[in-house]
Amino acid sequence: MTAKAQSAQARSSTDRIEKRVVLRAPRARVWRAITNAQEFGAWFRVNLEGAFAEGATIRGRITHPGYEHLTVDMLVERIEPERYFSYRWHPYPIDPKKDYSAEPTTLVEFTLDETDGGTAVTIVESGFDSIPLERRAEAFRMNDQGWAGQIKNLARYVS
Amino acid sequence: MSRNRGAVALKVTEAVPVFAALGDATRLRLLGRLSVDGPLSITRLSEGAGVTRQAITRHLYALGDAGLVRNARRGRERVWELDLKRLEQAKRCLNHISAQWDAAADRLKAYVERETMTSDSNAGSYTTKGSRRVRN
Repeated sequence: MTAKAQSAQARSSTDRIEKRVVLRAPRARVWRAITNAQEFGAWFRVNLEGAFAEGATIRGRITHPGYEHLTVDMLVERIEPERYFSYRWHPYPIDPKKDYSAEPTTLVEFTLDETDGGTAVTIVESGFDSIPLERRAEAFRMNDQGWAGQIKNLARYVS
Repeated sequence: MSRNRGAVALKVTEAVPVFAALGDATRLRLLGRLSVDGPLSITRLSEGAGVTRQAITRHLYALGDAGLVRNARRGRERVWELDLKRLEQAKRCLNHISAQWDAAADRLKAYVERETMTSDSNAGSYTTKGSRRVRN
């Protein structure tokens, strides 16, 4: 089952997105892929400067085709080895020229569990309801063109 | 969130906006009237509502904080109208982010499993049931 199918029923709330995916790999390997900033960047497609550490802010430039003009700031919250990793960020694309530090952020959490056949990873992003609708609409307009081109690519990934 | 107006508005802002709005009979009626009769003043909306004008005002601001209605000046009066476009944009925005996480989760899976498959000899103590990979 794809991550998309598994998460379909978890999408009922407007405040959170939840994904669960089972990886056929040891927990230690999965942990490294998520919490080593360079490895995270390889699959997430972001070029991160520095290492993840509790309380640290890591800046990165998106490397995903069509999004290279965007940057992200990840504020690492909590690291519990091989079990839990969380950070905050601005969920919508940010204009590098603007200061968003006063805006509410969403919380992204990775939780690892051992399961039959490998390691289950649950990804939760929550806090969308505290983002003003105006900001969501603005972000949508900001990114509309980029997304239009991306939808085909995304469809290929998830199918 | 500087536009919160009291506990009602705050509650609506923090809860799922649409369900919170629809969970109240007065607000549901207000939305119904605005969707049928278009932009209306508070005076018109209060007619036959069975609640005070102040209560109507409070409910309208709660709906406004949820992004469902907005007000505009028309001539000398202020009218309220449905604002579903913004809510729809927000929902589409969330769907895009959801799709992006789907793609990211699949890439994580491909990234980790590709490497694990090609480095069996380094698998250490890892064993699985029903998997192609078993410790030797």
